[in-house]
Amino acid sequence: MLAKRIIPCLDVDAGRVVKGVNFVNIKDAGDPVELAEEYNKQGADELVFLDITASHDKRETMKDIVKAVAKKVFIPFTVGGGIRTIEDMREILKAGADKVSVNTAAVNNPKLISGGAKRFGSQCIVLAIDAKKKDQSWEVYINGGRTPAKRDAVKWAIEGQKLGAGEILLTSMNTDGTKGGFDIELTRTISSKVGIPVIASGGAGKLEHFSEVFKNGKADAALAASIFHYNEYKVDDIKKFLKKEEICVRI
Amino acid sequence: MIAIIDYGAGNLQSVKNALDNLKAESRITDNPYEILSADKIIFPGVGNFGDMVKSLEKKNLIDVIRGVINDGKLFLGICLGLQVLFEESAESPDAKGIGIFKGKVKRFNTNLKVPQIGWNQIKVCRENKIINGLDGNFFYFVHSYYVDPEDDAIVLARTNYGGEFVSGVCKDNIYAFQFHPEKSGEDGLKILKNFAGL
Repeated sequence: MLAKRIIPCLDVDAGRVVKGVNFVNIKDAGDPVELAEEYNKQGADELVFLDITASHDKRETMKDIVKAVAKKVFIPFTVGGGIRTIEDMREILKAGADKVSVNTAAVNNPKLISGGAKRFGSQCIVLAIDAKKKDQSWEVYINGGRTPAKRDAVKWAIEGQKLGAGEILLTSMNTDGTKGGFDIELTRTISSKVGIPVIASGGAGKLEHFSEVFKNGKADAALAASIFHYNEYKVDDIKKFLKKEEICVRI
Repeated sequence: MIAIIDYGAGNLQSVKNALDNLKAESRITDNPYEILSADKIIFPGVGNFGDMVKSLEKKNLIDVIRGVINDGKLFLGICLGLQVLFEESAESPDAKGIGIFKGKVKRFNTNLKVPQIGWNQIKVCRENKIINGLDGNFFYFVHSYYVDPEDDAIVLARTNYGGEFVSGVCKDNIYAFQFHPEKSGEDGLKILKNFAGL
């Protein structure tokens, strides 16, 4: 059976992983390559690197990180943040990333999805959607969650698939950072409306949250950041728990 | 030296990185002479069946691939590099595969999500050095199509995705897998190491 995936996310600013990290056996807690290796050892199924570098001239460092990670870690990884053009995609993929994720730039220019899918294949293109509840539906937000995009999240996910996205990385702005659990309703709604895998993100705080998002949220993968960074749980703790709950995971 | 065939697309560097990590000497190349003089060949591929065939034709690599296979060189196809060894694919009905193996490439017909993306288990169907000890283990798949060989005797591994499909084949010097050993963690590296050591 196809396993449900557990994906740690690393926020990278000017070449360093940010958010507190306190693993015991890591020499340099801010080094993305060392952290990628640690998560790989713990049994992560994939990794996501989110480049949150504000200044454009420091973006080159992300490519060096991608190259270094690709030499050390032999599981798939995605790079997102600041990818605006097909050329940006090409450079990151060429450096060794398996997939790129697009968010704001795709909303502003949906052809970025279709162009990227045509050039590199749908399997490379992850559509990241930040969604926030509005009345009975969810609205898409862009620019790191600061700007409402006046788009319905469910419709945007369906359109993203049509344009050629291979996966949806779905972050709920209502649950993100709360540690109160994933947004089950949002995840289930979108996952049942699209034919491509949905990665749920935002709200993981306890082991039970992961089983909920797989069983009730119909997610194909779950992404989390702080739960791993602060070493509250290791990836294999979550997987052992899920296995006990009879959810198929790679152990 | 292992030649990694460069047909103009795909993440070839990740295969090379994995071989570097195993300290197996390799080179990414589209040079027919280099491919013909290599000890072993790895043939990775991603994307569209028809596009891949076109690129191979353009680079005159189809006969080169037939040549190394006929010479008995150890050959490892990965993902689309498995599918193109067959005769034809539902993905590109007008394109002709290399036809080393008899059979067709079909699209998943399932209620499950297509493409299949993620880690799935392999069921090893017969003993083979390349894959010994890996029965039931997980490997990384990304695909919408799968091979359906006419000859059951070439099947090395099967995987279940809304029904069983062939995830690995082997005949004489030819090995080919649907999953990506270069992206399948330690178990994937084991396969590449076994291949390098054959």
